Amino acid sequence: MRHLLSTADLTREQAVRILDVAEDMADVATREVKKLPTLRGRTVVNLFFEDSTRTRISFEAAAKRLSADVINFSAKGSSVSKGESLKDTAQTLAAIGADGVVIRHSASGAPAVLAANAWIDAPVVNAGDGTHEHPTQALLDAFTIRRRLHGAGARGRSLDGVRVVIVGDILHSRVARSNVWLLATLGAEVRLVAPATLLPLGVRDWPVEVDLHLDDALTTNPDVVMMLRIQGERMRDAFFPSAREYAREYGLDEERLGRLRADTMVMHPGPMNRGLEISAAAADSARSVVLDQVANGVSIRMAVLYLLLSGAEEGIA
Amino acid sequence: MSVLVRGATLPDGTRTDLRIEDGRVAEPGGSADRVIDADGLRLLPGLVDLHTHLREPGFEQSETVLTGTRAAAAGGFTAVFAMANTSPVADTAGVVEQVQALGDQHGYATVRPIGAVTVGLAGEQLSEIGAMASSRARVTVFSDDGKCVHDALLMRRALEYVSTFDGVIAQHAQEPRLTEGAQMNDGPLAARLGLGGWPAVAEESIIARDVLLAEHVGARLHICHVSTAGSVEVLRWAKSRGIDVTAEVTPHHLLLTEQLAESYDARYKVNPPLRRDEDVLALREALADGTIDIVATDHAPHPVEAKEAPWDEAAFGMVGLESALSVVQAAMVDTGLLDWSGVARTMSLEPARIGRLTGYDEPFAVGARANLTLVDPSATRTFGTEHLAGRSVNSPYLGRTLPGRIVATIHDGYPTVLDGEVLPADQVALAAGVRRG
Ligand SMILES: [Zn+2]
Repeated sequence: MRHLLSTADLTREQAVRILDVAEDMADVATREVKKLPTLRGRTVVNLFFEDSTRTRISFEAAAKRLSADVINFSAKGSSVSKGESLKDTAQTLAAIGADGVVIRHSASGAPAVLAANAWIDAPVVNAGDGTHEHPTQALLDAFTIRRRLHGAGARGRSLDGVRVVIVGDILHSRVARSNVWLLATLGAEVRLVAPATLLPLGVRDWPVEVDLHLDDALTTNPDVVMMLRIQGERMRDAFFPSAREYAREYGLDEERLGRLRADTMVMHPGPMNRGLEISAAAADSARSVVLDQVANGVSIRMAVLYLLLSGAEEGIA
Repeated sequence: MSVLVRGATLPDGTRTDLRIEDGRVAEPGGSADRVIDADGLRLLPGLVDLHTHLREPGFEQSETVLTGTRAAAAGGFTAVFAMANTSPVADTAGVVEQVQALGDQHGYATVRPIGAVTVGLAGEQLSEIGAMASSRARVTVFSDDGKCVHDALLMRRALEYVSTFDGVIAQHAQEPRLTEGAQMNDGPLAARLGLGGWPAVAEESIIARDVLLAEHVGARLHICHVSTAGSVEVLRWAKSRGIDVTAEVTPHHLLLTEQLAESYDARYKVNPPLRRDEDVLALREALADGTIDIVATDHAPHPVEAKEAPWDEAAFGMVGLESALSVVQAAMVDTGLLDWSGVARTMSLEPARIGRLTGYDEPFAVGARANLTLVDPSATRTFGTEHLAGRSVNSPYLGRTLPGRIVATIHDGYPTVLDGEVLPADQVALAAGVRRG
């Protein structure tokens, strides 16, 4: 594998390998010197056509801990915002000598277009494309789940039999798509929950169970409940009547939180709408692993950059 | 100049020599300035495209009347109907006369301008339909193509008003609210790819409404680029009720499916979008049994930069004139669904009849205007940019193997393509000038 565009491209062995390398990277973070010399002299470009400070900072920290040089090429204040095409930008990056490109784009498939064309000959990492995928988010979620479940003995393990409930705007969520393919590959039992308006066509052919009501899904004794961010403007497009009704039917409030096992993980890819899809009580509870997700994001991205760029192995294999 | 086409096989399978003199099919015998050996070749009536985007005026970086009709000639077409979504829009007599005059001057094909239904394609107010109909361009087809005439009352009035001039409304059937942000066929694949869906019902509901409107007011209706199996069912029902509706299908909807979007390669982005296998099969069957009357290319040229982009940002549309007959041969003839008489009917006689283009009803009769296409069905080619003759190269077939090859095109008695090569513009313009006298 030369690029990381979709979690659907990953075999179980490749996925476990990424998680294992991320464990090694997490160990580095506990050392006094948090840097590895692996990518010294290599240049990683963060090409962000869409604002996401959180994701960019995570990739930047990951690249720097591997001693890579980092160029941030963001839409704001650059030629990208003046209508420069993906092609021109890619050719510019090639001329600069980029060794890897981390791309975030509002258009689904933009990373695939970048990878398929000869504009630049460098590994491409999808950092979120439209409503398509966000592979490193899914990898860090899987990593977080595995670590919580198995601690120091996590290496080499899959997620066989782990019950994961994903709640919210599945239709528009790249996080949900990447998680569905990856978690299924790793053997988890995934259950999607949303009103019918926010479920994609054909979702019943996905490797998941589907529930229309959160309360039904919570009776399945989940190990993980992952709440997705809901965008308020969806109301205007008639996906649901009001924020209040959404919160009542699909929000993880205190009462629902109380129905979960003490060791059930509550996850959220952030940024959270407290009081809408997740209550403050749930977000701040002992069950919440939201901050673990953020910390693990750096380890996962280090692993991905290492595997794609270091040349130490044949890509992710 | 006189031309003798020797030993050609007509659509019905009979072999004949055909002599052309002074622009018309002449009595056999007599001398000829030029002899074309047509042994093993099919002689078809000149192809007629009811749906071409020539882009001039306004979008000359994509195509012009000259380059678009050159592409038409390369594809065996002798007449094209030029869509109205130019800039300025073809909603006045002035614009349609200008486009028609450019066609006459260049001579590669007869150019019949289509007039806009509404002013500026804005869907609010009828354009000067009568003025365009009675102009020198004698407009007979009216369309807001690119946009749907979605206001039901306006569509009713347009159907009625156009019937005053024996015209026809060619509807681009697309319910706008159901297709906001639409990028590809709505369904499981679009959901997986994260691309906005263009549901079949957005086409089918407009066709259903419009055939009922046409029935109600007793007017003639034409449906552009039918793309779904459901639309075929609606049309079959409408025709069984005796409603005066005709319909077209594009070559690409007869051959390609939505699976091609999986590459996110925007060459496959088109409106209406490529659909499922079962739609393709239903469209083929409908063309074979006459539920769909004609093939029309929806030739839609775009500059390279409009396609070298992420899918969401890329332009809709494909060039199709140069490849149309090969694609129809692959999808319909080589599959045994349509014979060459059927090709002649759906790509020449019927489109001419719908557009009220005269001279195409008896193409091989002595005295008929000589609009003819000579094709070698046994040829096979890997389709490449060298086979394109327009200004743009946004063909979905580049690199594909396609059957058939245009050997010669004769427009109004003079050749525009010979030995598979498009003749130079000055030579064709000169011949056209001589013909006009
Ligand atoms: Zn159209």
